[in-house]
Amino acid sequence: MFEYAPAPESRSIVDLAPSYGLFIDGEFAAPADGGVFKTVNPATEEVLSEVSVAGPADVDRAVAAARRAFAGWSALPGAARAKYLYRIARIVQERSRELAVLESLDNGKPIREARDVDLPLVAAHFFYYAGWADKLAYAGYGTTPLGVVGQVIPWNFPLLMLAWKIAPALATGNTVVLKPAETTPLSALFFADVCRQAELPPGVVNIVTGAGDTGRTLVEHPDVNKVAFTGSTEVGRQIARSVAGTGKRVTLELGGKAANIVFDDAPIDQAVEGIVNGIFFNQGHVCCAGSRLLVQENVYDEVLDSLKRRMAQLRVGDPLDKNTDIGAINSSVQLERVRALAAVGEQEGERWSPPCELPGQGFWFAPTIFTGVSQTHRIAREEVFGPVLAVLTFRTPAEAVEKANNTPYGLSAGIWSEKGSRILAVADKLRAGVVWANTFNRFDPASPFGGYKESGYGREGGRHGLEAYLA
Amino acid sequence: MPEQRLAVRKTYKLYIGGKFPRSESGRTYLVDGSNVALASRKDARDAVLAARKAQPGWAGATAYNRGQVLYRAAEMLEGRRAEFAALGVPEADVDAATDRWVWYAGWADKLAQVHGGANPVAGPYFNLSAPEPTGVVGVVAPASFLGLVSVVAPAIVTGNAVVVVAGDPLPAVTLAEVLATSDLPGGVVNILTGSPAEIAPWLASHDDVNALDLTGVADGELAVALEQAAAGTLKRVLRPGPGADWAADPGLGRMTAFLETKTVWHPKGF
Repeated sequence: MFEYAPAPESRSIVDLAPSYGLFIDGEFAAPADGGVFKTVNPATEEVLSEVSVAGPADVDRAVAAARRAFAGWSALPGAARAKYLYRIARIVQERSRELAVLESLDNGKPIREARDVDLPLVAAHFFYYAGWADKLAYAGYGTTPLGVVGQVIPWNFPLLMLAWKIAPALATGNTVVLKPAETTPLSALFFADVCRQAELPPGVVNIVTGAGDTGRTLVEHPDVNKVAFTGSTEVGRQIARSVAGTGKRVTLELGGKAANIVFDDAPIDQAVEGIVNGIFFNQGHVCCAGSRLLVQENVYDEVLDSLKRRMAQLRVGDPLDKNTDIGAINSSVQLERVRALAAVGEQEGERWSPPCELPGQGFWFAPTIFTGVSQTHRIAREEVFGPVLAVLTFRTPAEAVEKANNTPYGLSAGIWSEKGSRILAVADKLRAGVVWANTFNRFDPASPFGGYKESGYGREGGRHGLEAYLA
Repeated sequence: MPEQRLAVRKTYKLYIGGKFPRSESGRTYLVDGSNVALASRKDARDAVLAARKAQPGWAGATAYNRGQVLYRAAEMLEGRRAEFAALGVPEADVDAATDRWVWYAGWADKLAQVHGGANPVAGPYFNLSAPEPTGVVGVVAPASFLGLVSVVAPAIVTGNAVVVVAGDPLPAVTLAEVLATSDLPGGVVNILTGSPAEIAPWLASHDDVNALDLTGVADGELAVALEQAAAGTLKRVLRPGPGADWAADPGLGRMTAFLETKTVWHPKGF
């Protein structure tokens, strides 16, 4: 590997307070029962700040604030709501360096990704939905908002998932209570400050921090009209069960086990870049990660050799170093999960990682592939949510489709081939909400995203993303 | 006394995989003097199997073809107006149901244009979203005949296959006879007669059912239990409010409820 001089991004741009309250009705306030938890930098295990645990009384206050704000917010002309969202988009752009560093600190993701992917997409998402606010009558879903929306988001793209949730909700005239993930609460709390800077009316956006209990209290709150959740399929099931019979609207964006299919006529170098991006982007903490590689048998050796060579070039380490490709695993809990599944994978198939020195402090896992994997292996069936790739083979397009669809999930899939008719035919047959052909892990606010089957229901992004927030 | 011709009665059986079997349980129940098959758990599972088998072919048929099959159902229904009238279905309902088949038939090759489209992403990519059928839909149908047609037609026109628990058995089985003569591939519509409380829970918890339409469930507690069971495999659940007006403009909602949006990306470049 080339020797690169370290190129660390300065963290001085982020001004962290020692502790944060809950953002309710436009103010930061201490939680009713005073509970706090610590959020750490997963790359160093250093405590970044202390964050409040919202209990039932706090969630209740937040929902009440959102309810009070709803009348005024929903009555605003769409053009006025649009302007608030445009303001937010602009402030995010202006503060994007700060927010990118913060995101990298709290999440462990490489600054290069936070800077080049997360933050630009956050701003773009608000900008996109801002434009819908006064054009809802043309979207085909009516113009009536639902009311108070309870949103629970994951830790893999904390601010981006916040944007996916809040932008369409506000554009359509709803008000929001959002709970960020327990391990990555900081960017949502900084976003509260963005809302204040934008002079968003109090109560339109409320941020309650905490763990699963806080999320459950929010989802089950009787005055919440709509629930939007991104996270694990298991929690998605619990939410679907708990809202049954309440008439609440629900959208769920859940797990995945995407097939990335490489045909023998694929441009191999591009495909290998796509495979790497598909599974090692964001440490594999991606619900749509291409975690099952399906390679046509006659190019298996060529693809695997090339993939291993490429993996040996990946730089694992300090997320704030601009040269870093793979950052820290988000938490010790997640690291344990990845390790446990990798251990099972080792009993089933053959494990390979490039030589790679992991830092002594923090939570780290080397990029890993498993070969000799069959469809029944757990490593090929369960979502690892880490930098772990299961490699399988196929002989015919029909077999590739069969294997790709052989999963309860259906979020995304990849196809690599130079033959257009084959790409379109295979894309037609894949049971997945997003199909990337000769590319992978591309996102855009104009492009609907969401799953088939047990990857959840509803779409986020694009015109389709409005449907979830209109009656 | 002149000798009267003795009528040939109809045996009301289930409609599964394009065939009309009796319930495997051998059970029947009396409806307006007729013995009607009382479907069992096994019948429900057979129906799901038939629906799953038929669904890919039906979804893979051209939209033009699906539209013609639905239109054919309207033709067949028109010819059986007297039979439905004899079962007590109001004439206006039969007419409206016929017209509804025609209305949905026309959607087959138009919905993707209204509900999908190109997405102008910020980069050199072709990006297209198109609706696809959800798969196998379990339907608890309302008692109204117009209601029955209004829940089945929008579910299948897009390429789904359905397992229907009939609300009013005799018109439902008669509708099955209409469909059996409409070039609809066997298994796309399966109709079970019997008790929703007995059959529907098996559909709600079945791993190979993708979605559930609870329109015909009158019992609130049963509806909640079915919704909870459906959460196990994250089925899409349609549970409209009470008091449906079947004569009203149906809108797109009943079609889009059982559709998935697939978005395909491809780079552009010389």
